[in-house]
Amino acid sequence: MNPRQILVALWTLVFKEIRRFTRIWPQTLLPPSITMTMYFIIFGNLIGSRIGEMDGISYMAYIVPGLIMMSVITNSYSNVASSFFSNKFQRSVEEFMVSPMPDWVILSGFVLGGMARGLGVGLIVTVVASFFTDVTIHHPLVTLSVVLMTSALFAIGGFINALMANKFDDISIVPIFVLTPLTYLGGVFYSIDMLPEFWQGVSMANPILYMVNVFRYGILGVSDIPVGGALVAVAAFIVGFFLLALWMLGRGKGIRS
Amino acid sequence: MAEPALSIRGLTKVYDNGFTALKGIDLDVPQGDFFALLGPNGAGKSTTLGVVCSLVQKTAGKVSIYGTDIDKDFAKAKYNLGVVPQEFNFSQFEKVEDIIHAQAGYYGMPLREAKPRCNQLLKDLGLWDKRNGPARMLSGGMKRRLMIARALIHRPRLLILDEPTAGVDIELRRSMWEYMKRINQEEGTTIILTTHYLEEAESLCRNIAIINHGEIVKNTTVRQLLTELDTETFILDLAAPVEKPPRIDSFEVEQTEGSQLTLAVKKGQRLNDVFEQLSAHGINVVSMRNRANRLEEMFVSMVDDDNAKARETAKAEVPS
Repeated sequence: MNPRQILVALWTLVFKEIRRFTRIWPQTLLPPSITMTMYFIIFGNLIGSRIGEMDGISYMAYIVPGLIMMSVITNSYSNVASSFFSNKFQRSVEEFMVSPMPDWVILSGFVLGGMARGLGVGLIVTVVASFFTDVTIHHPLVTLSVVLMTSALFAIGGFINALMANKFDDISIVPIFVLTPLTYLGGVFYSIDMLPEFWQGVSMANPILYMVNVFRYGILGVSDIPVGGALVAVAAFIVGFFLLALWMLGRGKGIRS
Repeated sequence: MAEPALSIRGLTKVYDNGFTALKGIDLDVPQGDFFALLGPNGAGKSTTLGVVCSLVQKTAGKVSIYGTDIDKDFAKAKYNLGVVPQEFNFSQFEKVEDIIHAQAGYYGMPLREAKPRCNQLLKDLGLWDKRNGPARMLSGGMKRRLMIARALIHRPRLLILDEPTAGVDIELRRSMWEYMKRINQEEGTTIILTTHYLEEAESLCRNIAIINHGEIVKNTTVRQLLTELDTETFILDLAAPVEKPPRIDSFEVEQTEGSQLTLAVKKGQRLNDVFEQLSAHGINVVSMRNRANRLEEMFVSMVDDDNAKARETAKAEVPS
């Protein structure tokens, strides 16, 4: 395929993915908005008013970056996992396989589609948050970089999950038993400085902690961890996971007999 | 001489569980041909076609589409290929025209080029009124036609139809035959067809290959194959019931019902002899038809022979 044809193919896939999640917006865009509104009312407003400040910032403002990041992570991941697995389940994955699209275009198309949903929901949550607190971005470039990279990383993760999944249960195991606990323990609702030293050390092994903190740094200007190193680590994970997903796709893991 | 539309050499497929689905088959399909690939269920037809369109990974062998080796430049080979699989394989929730537009996009065809082509295909295949509805609302026959339209959107030179008329009513099947004949004759599209309706293969195809137990057991023209038919079986409907089947010299006659006889006619035998003897017995025939279509008779006989040989070989290989 020449570069123009590759662009057409890539756009077709991305557009198809965006059309899919916007067509079923009551399942994809509405629930995170409602859930996050509940978080802001209950944790931010009712409980947060008794907690006071965290790292010198009101509790409501402190949890905003973590909740935005949580929405970006879960939506980027689940969009690709459910969409690609659904293609496998309905055998429409064969539409891509018989076409001349290179594997990296198929992977990128789904990843960009997942990112579109993750970032779209992140934007909705940001708008919701702005009704509860002042959302001012201190470091726009850092904020944008980390949200894009996090979204890409978890979209690739969702793709790998979908490739390996044999049934619908297999695409909910990782979000329920891995992503949600790691996100909650990734400093969304608290600073790890509040933890005993041992648990601070354990928390440092949680990759989501780095993403949440870098994002918090971008928005609020405060972070529990060094920002530069975290960005490099996320970039390295993206490259590693992308190559792994590409290798699996090339070998036909889960899709070719 | 022009290179074949499809060339297969030594194609072997061994699945992870050790089952050998293809045992080194060789096959050539000439350009512009209407070719039938026949075989019983599990013979290796779909595995062969799966390898050609990259849904199945081959263990060994070489496949070329219009001279392009799929191992060297699969993308180029795929441009020449359109596939209509046996099972429905599109998103049931998408609109009919969106499915076809998307497929065009996967081949790098911009929407402004794809739209007029898509509209024409939808009209030709009787799907125009359904273009804005979700695919799940289509009938089975319409879903098959949707897959044909999708496979043709990028103007492939080789079209693979894996049981395209399964579950389709007679009227619709005939209109699909006409359409396939048209694209074969007018547009020069090479068509490879697998089907269980052997009259379909007999009326549409010029060349034929029969595959069984992962091997090509016959590869010839339909005309040649039919000349090899040794015996044809006819059903005779009688004007009045008979008590027992009449004895007719040199012919095998069986009674299937009171007023129905089955007659086996070997190559070289004359039907006049039968009717003369039936008249002598005072039996009047009101109508007569083939028990099965001629190709079906040939196919069943060949596959039975091949299965018997396979059983003999298996017995011989069992250690005592």
